[in-house]
Amino acid sequence: MNVPLRQHLIDPELCIRCGTCEESCSVGAVSHNDDNYVVDAEKCKYCMDCIAPCPTGSIDNWRVVNSAYSLEEQFSWDELPEQEDTVESESGSIEAIDDDALALLDAAHSAVGNRAKAPASADTPSVNLYTKDNPVIARVVGNFPITEDVVENDVRHIVLDFGSTAFPFLEGQTIGILPPGTDAKGKPHRMRLYSISSPRDGERPNHNNLALTVKREISKVDEEIHEGIASNYICNLERDDEVRVTGPYGSTFLMPNDPGANILMICTGTGSAPFRAFTERRRRAMANAEGRLMLIFGARRPAELPYFGPLKKIPPEFLDQELVFSRLDGQEKEYVQDRMRQRTDDIHALLEDKATHIFICGLKDMEAGVNEALTDICHQGGSDWVECRREMLESGRYHVETY
Amino acid sequence: MNIEVSYDDLIPNNVGLSDDPKLKRALEKWHPGYIDWWKTAGPAGYLEDEVYLRTAVSVDPKGWAKFGYVQMPKYRWGVLLSPAVEGRTIPFGEHKGEPAWQEVPGEYRSLMRRLVVIQGDTEPASVEQQRALGATAPSLYDLRNLFQVNVEEGRHLWAMVYLLQKYFGRDGREEAAALLQRRSGDSDNPRMLGAFNERTPDWLSFFMFTFFTDRDGKMQLEALAQSGFDPLSRTCRFMLTEEAHHMFVGETGIGRTIQRTCEGMKEAGIEDANDINAVRNLGLMDLPTIQKKARLHYSLSLDLFGAEVSTNAANAFNAGIKGRFHENKIDDDHRLLNDTYPVLRLDDAGFKLTDTPALTALNARLRDDYSNDCAKGVGRWNKIIEKTGVAFELALPHPAFNRRIGEFAEIESAPDGTILSQQDWEARKDEWLPNADDMDYIHSLMKPEYGAGKYAGWIAPPKVGIDNKPGDFEYVRLDQS
Ligand SMILES: Cc1cc2nc3c(=O)[nH]c(=O)nc-3n(C[C@H](O)[C@H](O)[C@H](O)COP(=O)(O)OP(=O)(O)OC[C@H]3O[C@@H](n4cnc5c(N)ncnc54)[C@H](O)[C@@H]3O)c2cc1C
Ligand SMILES: [Fe+2]
Ligand SMILES: [Fe+2]
Repeated sequence: MNVPLRQHLIDPELCIRCGTCEESCSVGAVSHNDDNYVVDAEKCKYCMDCIAPCPTGSIDNWRVVNSAYSLEEQFSWDELPEQEDTVESESGSIEAIDDDALALLDAAHSAVGNRAKAPASADTPSVNLYTKDNPVIARVVGNFPITEDVVENDVRHIVLDFGSTAFPFLEGQTIGILPPGTDAKGKPHRMRLYSISSPRDGERPNHNNLALTVKREISKVDEEIHEGIASNYICNLERDDEVRVTGPYGSTFLMPNDPGANILMICTGTGSAPFRAFTERRRRAMANAEGRLMLIFGARRPAELPYFGPLKKIPPEFLDQELVFSRLDGQEKEYVQDRMRQRTDDIHALLEDKATHIFICGLKDMEAGVNEALTDICHQGGSDWVECRREMLESGRYHVETY
Repeated sequence: MNIEVSYDDLIPNNVGLSDDPKLKRALEKWHPGYIDWWKTAGPAGYLEDEVYLRTAVSVDPKGWAKFGYVQMPKYRWGVLLSPAVEGRTIPFGEHKGEPAWQEVPGEYRSLMRRLVVIQGDTEPASVEQQRALGATAPSLYDLRNLFQVNVEEGRHLWAMVYLLQKYFGRDGREEAAALLQRRSGDSDNPRMLGAFNERTPDWLSFFMFTFFTDRDGKMQLEALAQSGFDPLSRTCRFMLTEEAHHMFVGETGIGRTIQRTCEGMKEAGIEDANDINAVRNLGLMDLPTIQKKARLHYSLSLDLFGAEVSTNAANAFNAGIKGRFHENKIDDDHRLLNDTYPVLRLDDAGFKLTDTPALTALNARLRDDYSNDCAKGVGRWNKIIEKTGVAFELALPHPAFNRRIGEFAEIESAPDGTILSQQDWEARKDEWLPNADDMDYIHSLMKPEYGAGKYAGWIAPPKVGIDNKPGDFEYVRLDQS
């Protein structure tokens, strides 16, 4: 069977034939005749250079097809054809075009599967502007430890600068990092994904940068130490080093833009990365938003909780936060799901509100516990989590990204 | 050269302003006068309101359209040029093939200055013409589009002032100051071109203006973007990306008006599009009046191209200063010394295409390219009408219709090109051009509609929002105080 293709098309009903797209295409994929402007599916590299300059929005149209519409077909159109439903187009929003990134994201979203849907008020993301074959080179401008305990649990705040290359992204998206070198078989190392932890305007507005929150992966098997390839590469980066970056990826795990949206964020470890972006976005762009922010964040101990210091400074009126520790000396183990149960009333009230979005991010093994806690919370409040979850999924209000 | 725009400077720019103290001083001196001009001659009111506008953060495709709320007087107007093309040569005229000029050649100084000043004068003029429209916008979406056009025309003024101050010395600085002094429609100190001294009294006129008159601007910019004077070429290339938005506002503004009229007629069961009273009783913009307005704005805009046969145009081409529309896509010798171009002329036997030396016929050629471009847009409007099932077709009039400049200035003609006596013209022109009744009716529809997601009854909502925003997006946050 043919692999379905996401074809870039121009809407002839909206297009005013100004030619801006043809001018901005660097690979000659856009052309025109007396009737229409069209995109050659064989040439289009999904670089998105034509999207922003188009004054009409006609350029931003996509169809998932089994075989591409030819130029002749496109020239003959008065209007765009409907999306064919014989194609498995899932939700219609494409998370990534690079195969490996798509596979990683599919796995990360497996809890919601192909029912993942972006929040209704999320902005439209740019996806896969840079590919494995055509990555963007970013420069490291910062690498700071953000956990106190850097021996057992070294998590780093990495700032990447894109210089004069545009790298537009939204809160909740991830990027790919291509580690240099090859594996034992001589093949280049696979790409790894990392959540962006900055809001869309970066660490500092007008500086064209973004931050990652990366944990150094080291495992010990029978006294033998195995270092994770990408995470160690990243955590060892020095200022001015160059990094090959792909993406951005992700078109569903996105922050709702509506200031009235409540956002319940549940995470462990580096799962906090996107929530740092969400929180900072709210603070910068809608400080007086009506919607509530609630964060339930688990780690083993305070010394291992990324951004522990800065988090403590955020006032509770702005961010209702619960920091939960599973290895505090002299105390019983506590996990995020335990603390959620303690807040049953508050969380249930949030679940009843149609403006509430839930985001879960972090290690895969947190999913089950959180799901159980939500079941109990609903039960206590006299509602049904399965039904509630279904409704939230359908309206783009329930999101899981775990790895 | 940078594609990144420096926003650390007071004046955003990608021309290394901070390393050019002389130019920086000149622009900073000019800046307060500009803000003053904006506040007194720009959009009336709306100085405090937050408008959802786009601003460029870099001149490459990915960075040049960043959206956000801004108060207009705080808009980051700046000096933005398209990236330089390595090894660019002069594309036409007697210097064809020589390296493009980075400075103005002394012999062409005054010719070039004049071109820049004329282009520059149109930019603030249109803002002044549209000053009062904010009071009657049919929606917040349209209000935002108006303001986007206005701030971009303001930026076009900056672009021309940059050229004047950087490359034309003291004369340039004086011309830059004068650009802020002339006023559209002022009897003592008017703008330079006729069409830019007319008021834009209503939104139908605004849409027609952006469709027809901004399109003249587009053609002029296209011709100047070919220039051998590289800074002028790069300036105009960047302006063209913005100009496309103005075309969009015009084309879709009229398109949405037509859409609403046709839908309303169908709903009410009106079959005869020429039954003006029936349509007007519904509070809709009748198609014959739209046709009249299109004739008016088209004919006024044709006058902007100047005399069809012109030695000035020949000189500017020969000198490598102003090229043709899509010069780089034309397959000829780009010198035109031995070529001819068929120009529509009038003699005793009537209209006739007459082969004319191509160099002197450049204005005619640009005007023809313009007419083709307009005709395609009108064709798309007709598609909208056709789709609703209403029987009516819009058409552009003959180029001799209602002309005051050029080959046909001395005669009068009907829209179909029938030549008329002065008397017949006077007797019939109200059938073809908007008359006082028509204008009164259009005026009566001009009531502001400022509810988020609401639209005045005579215009359909757009199919997609700006920056993909949802239907009820608040494009302008009106100051509550
Ligand atoms: C959507 C998404 C978002 C993500 N966001 C983040 C984020 O924000 N921050 C973050 O830090 N991570 C994030 N990740 C995880 C990240 O992509 C990597 O998977 C992680 O950094 C580990 O990659 P690595 O190359 O370092 O380890 P790999 O080299 O891939 O190894 C994986 C693990 O196996 C161990 N190992 C290696 N060799 C052996 C061996 N021979 N025997 C036993 N064990 C071995 C390593 O120590 C490591 O723990 C995200 C993942 C996804 C899918
Ligand atoms: Fe302009
Ligand atoms: Fe314009």
